[in-house]
Amino acid sequence: MALAATEILNVSYDPTRELYQEFNTAFIHYWQTTSGEQISIRQSHGGSATQARAVIDGLEADVVTLALAYDIDAIAAQGLLPQYWQSRLPNASSPCTTTIVFLVRKGNPKGIQDWGDLVRPGLQVITPNPKTSGGARWNYLAAWGWAMHQFDGDQTQAREYMAKLFANVPVLDSGARGSTTTFVKRGMGDVLLAWENEAILAVEKLGQGAFEIVMPSRSILAQPPVAVVDRRVDAHGTRKVAEAYLQYLYSQTGQEIMAKHYYRPNDPGVAARHAQRFPALKLFTVQELSGGWQQAHATHFADGGLFDQIYTRAK
Amino acid sequence: MRVPSSEMPFLSNRSPLLSEPLWVRIILLLLALLFLGSFLLLPLLVVFGEALSQGVTVYLAALTTPDALAAIRLTLLTAAIVVPCNMVFGLAAAWCIAKFRFPGRGLLTTLIDLPFSVSPVVAGLIFMLMFGAQGWLTPWIQTFHVKIVFAVPGIVLVTLFVTVPFIARELIPLMEEQGVDDEESAIMLGASGWQTFWRVTLPNVRWGLMYGVLLCNARAMGEFGAVSVISGHIRGSTNTMPLHVEILYNEYEFAAAFAVASLLALLALVTLAVKTYLQWHYRKQLRAMGH
Repeated sequence: MALAATEILNVSYDPTRELYQEFNTAFIHYWQTTSGEQISIRQSHGGSATQARAVIDGLEADVVTLALAYDIDAIAAQGLLPQYWQSRLPNASSPCTTTIVFLVRKGNPKGIQDWGDLVRPGLQVITPNPKTSGGARWNYLAAWGWAMHQFDGDQTQAREYMAKLFANVPVLDSGARGSTTTFVKRGMGDVLLAWENEAILAVEKLGQGAFEIVMPSRSILAQPPVAVVDRRVDAHGTRKVAEAYLQYLYSQTGQEIMAKHYYRPNDPGVAARHAQRFPALKLFTVQELSGGWQQAHATHFADGGLFDQIYTRAK
Repeated sequence: MRVPSSEMPFLSNRSPLLSEPLWVRIILLLLALLFLGSFLLLPLLVVFGEALSQGVTVYLAALTTPDALAAIRLTLLTAAIVVPCNMVFGLAAAWCIAKFRFPGRGLLTTLIDLPFSVSPVVAGLIFMLMFGAQGWLTPWIQTFHVKIVFAVPGIVLVTLFVTVPFIARELIPLMEEQGVDDEESAIMLGASGWQTFWRVTLPNVRWGLMYGVLLCNARAMGEFGAVSVISGHIRGSTNTMPLHVEILYNEYEFAAAFAVASLLALLALVTLAVKTYLQWHYRKQLRAMGH
């Protein structure tokens, strides 16, 4: 193996393929010029939870770049990286953020403006299954956060709202990409709940003029985190490259590439340059809403949790 | 009864009292054709239609990206390892089961059928449990410094598991039917064991064997579920063609996804054509042998 060029594997979630393809090229060039070392970077994409499971089962990831901190926590629980991983990089290890928005058909025929409109009888809402999809969990918590705010923290009314919302969901795909395909390609539903980056991508890549994005009054601040997998990089001898790779995501170049792929950059300068693409809206974090992912998971998504109760009733 | 082959079956010259009225036969035939057309032919046409929807240039470009080429290479490599292994195993197992009576014969027959009754996803998970990071055999395997899961050996192993029955299943009934008379005669005439195998046993089953190889190959290239569990989806490294199709589809590269899918469909069509030819040849041979 001594002769082989250094290779690192980035295990990521579904919608980041184009982003990392471009970023990898930039980083390989950057690393070549700063350290003189020629490296190659491999990519693996899939559902965020599935990918975390694969890393636990032995997929040799040097870095993980997943949809939510809960999935990296699961890897940390197996001792592959320390429990405090999220404090090692700025902004809770999220080099960029995104949020949950609505994608509707051209001209917004159903007049959907905010979360309250989604529970109108007869409306069809497309969102994936929060049991299996990271994106769906963000969707769910965004709706929950709006409802809790709308009803002044009255849990009963918020639950009522969620039950009505999921009664309007005709099909629960297992992943975010599956839902987008259902909405865009199969023409099902009146509104798709999606990551902002997915929604913009769908508008620009799939349906020029066929869809438009509606910004709700408030939504969740989605923070897809990144981490070096300590146990793996130490075994591969790739710690230096892997750490530099993640740090480069925070650089001007990294932030520009992220903005180009419709993620909201952290860097204020870069954010200002792309301000017209990312309209301001009231954003709240999982931390503010439920005190973190572990809590949110236990309350909402664990077996027998709130989602199970709501969905059984909605059916 | 014999129907002159030049005549169409629904215009058979049987007595009108013994067969359905002409219109019933025509309607049944049309129903069958309609069913086949809408459930088999139409989807196939859709695959090729979608693949070429953005022109030949896009089609060819999709098949020649480094990731697609790597996926095609991996699929071919897997088939190239799996098919010969199963050929040797299938022949040996079928020979044992068909020509000899021994304790455990029934068990062996059942075991060969096991991969047919186990869902491929479960097959993948079994290998994950054995060779994954927390697997039972992992500590032992690690002493050899080989990676199994999320690497090519794992993909080959699960494919091997899933395709074990194809060749053996094809050969067992054939060998049983042929009995041991030919082999006994050869031995009596002074042939050695190897000579008997190469000159008598193998030629007797060669068409059946080729048929089994074909089916085994088609499945080895097309397997999705088991490979998906064990692959890790590393682009350019552990993605097979069926996995690559799914990835492209999920990335909104619909034309590219269908382009790769059309390659797999093409493989199916070629398999079907060769299979039909073999079946025809095989029947002629059986008739010549007096069966």
